[in-house]
Amino acid sequence: MSTYLSNNWETILTALRQHVWLALVPVVIGFVLALPIGYLGVRFPWLYHPLVNTCGVLYSIPSLALFVFLPVLLGTKILSPLNIVVALTIYTVALLARTVADGLRSVDALVVQSATAMGYRRLRRLIDVELPVALPVILAGLRVATVSNISLVSVGALIGVGGLGQLFTRGFQLFYTQPIIVGIVLSVALAGICDLAIVGLQRLVTPWTRYQRGAA
Amino acid sequence: MNLSYLFDAAHWSLTADGSIPQLILSHVWYVVLALIIGTIIALPVGLYIGHTGRGSFLAINAGNAGRSLPTLGLLMLMVTLLGLGLTPVLIALTVLVIPPILTSAYAGMRTLDHRVVDAARGMGMRPWQVLFKVELPMALPVMMSGFRSAALQVVATATVAAAVGLNGLGRLLIDGLAVNDYSRVLAGAIVVAVLAVVLDLILALAQRWIVSPGLR
Amino acid sequence: MLRTRFAGVFAAGVTLALTLSACGANDDPLSNEPAGGSSASTSTVTIGSANFAESELLGEIYAQALEAKGVTVKRQFNIGARELYLKALQDGSIDLLPEYNGALLSALAKGGAPEGVSSPDQVLTELKKVLPTGTEVLEQSAAEDKDTLTVTSATAAKYSLKTIEDLKPVADKLTIGAGPEWQERYQGLKGLESLYGIKFKTFKPLDAGGPLTVNALTKGQIDVGNIFSTDSSIATNKFVVLEDPKNLYLAENIIPLIRTAANNPTVSGALNAVSGKLTTENLTTYLAQVQVDKKDTAAVAKAFLSENGLV
Repeated sequence: MSTYLSNNWETILTALRQHVWLALVPVVIGFVLALPIGYLGVRFPWLYHPLVNTCGVLYSIPSLALFVFLPVLLGTKILSPLNIVVALTIYTVALLARTVADGLRSVDALVVQSATAMGYRRLRRLIDVELPVALPVILAGLRVATVSNISLVSVGALIGVGGLGQLFTRGFQLFYTQPIIVGIVLSVALAGICDLAIVGLQRLVTPWTRYQRGAA
Repeated sequence: MNLSYLFDAAHWSLTADGSIPQLILSHVWYVVLALIIGTIIALPVGLYIGHTGRGSFLAINAGNAGRSLPTLGLLMLMVTLLGLGLTPVLIALTVLVIPPILTSAYAGMRTLDHRVVDAARGMGMRPWQVLFKVELPMALPVMMSGFRSAALQVVATATVAAAVGLNGLGRLLIDGLAVNDYSRVLAGAIVVAVLAVVLDLILALAQRWIVSPGLR
Repeated sequence: MLRTRFAGVFAAGVTLALTLSACGANDDPLSNEPAGGSSASTSTVTIGSANFAESELLGEIYAQALEAKGVTVKRQFNIGARELYLKALQDGSIDLLPEYNGALLSALAKGGAPEGVSSPDQVLTELKKVLPTGTEVLEQSAAEDKDTLTVTSATAAKYSLKTIEDLKPVADKLTIGAGPEWQERYQGLKGLESLYGIKFKTFKPLDAGGPLTVNALTKGQIDVGNIFSTDSSIATNKFVVLEDPKNLYLAENIIPLIRTAANNPTVSGALNAVSGKLTTENLTTYLAQVQVDKKDTAAVAKAFLSENGLV
């Protein structure tokens, strides 16, 4: 294993760097897009079920198919990393829009009413009250989206753009387990680190959730 | 982009090798086997942890840890180690379905109203009666939602089996890509998405049927 | 409540299907004209490869040979089958690829290669006539790597197989394994049927002459496999390579295929020097270092270049 690592560290690092980029850019874009979309599902209750169902269907499109079709829809080059980024952004939105809606719906009606009574207008109330209260739920969804994106990127290796997935295809083409194991370990470790980072972020931005637990 | 592959009657022949019905059959076969094996493994563990409270950390974090395992990598590793066959696919897909089933079984048990359990005990029910007559039926809605998300995930992911020379609807994606036939890739994507929706509806019906009316 | 949910799911599914199918009939990315490609500024040469070890090794040899001449190179290996990477070449995703002259000719010429064409020079002449616009080939090497139909010695003995023709009477009992692209290729199932009149019982889509095919062959999961002639596993496993009397597989010399926009004297000079040194023998040796000894592709490419005085 150590000879494999020392001979290939450059390839491995390049793959890892690409993997981070391909997985996390969609998380950021998807998160930003999911907030307004999810809000719409709450603001207009009749939108909620169509939204949830569309998200479900989008999520069940196999990633490989999406990677292959996006160039047709977007006019991008077939090996452009953009295809992977857009595909994973779609999955992220599909996952998070629902979570955002559920998070906002879970806000205690009394809290909303109190805020209204205190003179909050709709937008201010959303940003200052509802969103922070919904944040634990939303961030839990963000953890899921981040981790599953990190694991999905590797499928792109089947069309030559897949970060650590390229270690899988290389190992598979040689029936050589070491690149595959290295790829899996790095991918899982990356997911673990990002997951912990979001948990840390959550503790930082929602300190009240800790006090509650401490009080109980 | 066109639907000619999907609507060509020749591709729907029941007997022809690699026809859409045959691929659906093998796809469903992978999915069902993985769900059965995953349930046999994960359900008792999740119920045990939820019932006793021992090992909660494992149950809570199994979800994201399992999701972070890249299925393509795992599958390629298994085929490299074991050769072509059903076993590598089942291992990779089972690993995929265990976490959501385990986590939701745990969550279902933990979110039970303890007053109900206490009442059951107070009525003189034995521990196994409490488990099977009270806890399990009440935990069922949460457990079913975990099972449904596991099912959706595995339907979309089972397509990667084709990347390592096995069957399932992924064949339409991989072969379509290899022979430059986008209409075949599109057929694959649509059939997989429809299969996911149909499966979800079946499970929704099943849920309606097995969940006690008092819990709806 | 449940019923509205059902309706919603179906509505969503239908909408999705319509969106996917409604994007016009002629916007298939595979029928695109070569995009751009007019700029002669070859600041970076992007090198692609097919999804098997030898192609990646050759791509890496090209890459290092160019880097030695000061050319900036981007590696975009392991794209897929020819059907896919040719599109990548035409849309400008990649500039350069290692190719096989006969296989490329068969893929580009309608209905396979013209009759009577089999020698390396004949193939090259014909190939130049059918190259996609905006692309050209450089000098071809002496190194050849052919697709083969290969069987285990036991299968060869059982059905007394020596040539592909011998398969004809027994093919309906046999399973063949090859890359999925073989379903539609002339140098795959189509040519086997039209040239040799052979129709196998089953086709198993595996990998492009890789270990999956070798593994399936040794385990008896397939009877006939497409394995590349430079693969050392043929000798290791005492496989029998069936002769090809009708020349379905033509000369298969390794040749760089490049976008004209990316070509210049420095690039062609470096690549032609590589082609001058490549032989079937040395390719087989170096490939075995990758496939059998699991050495790093970049290290093997480097060894090839330095041992042949190219860097």
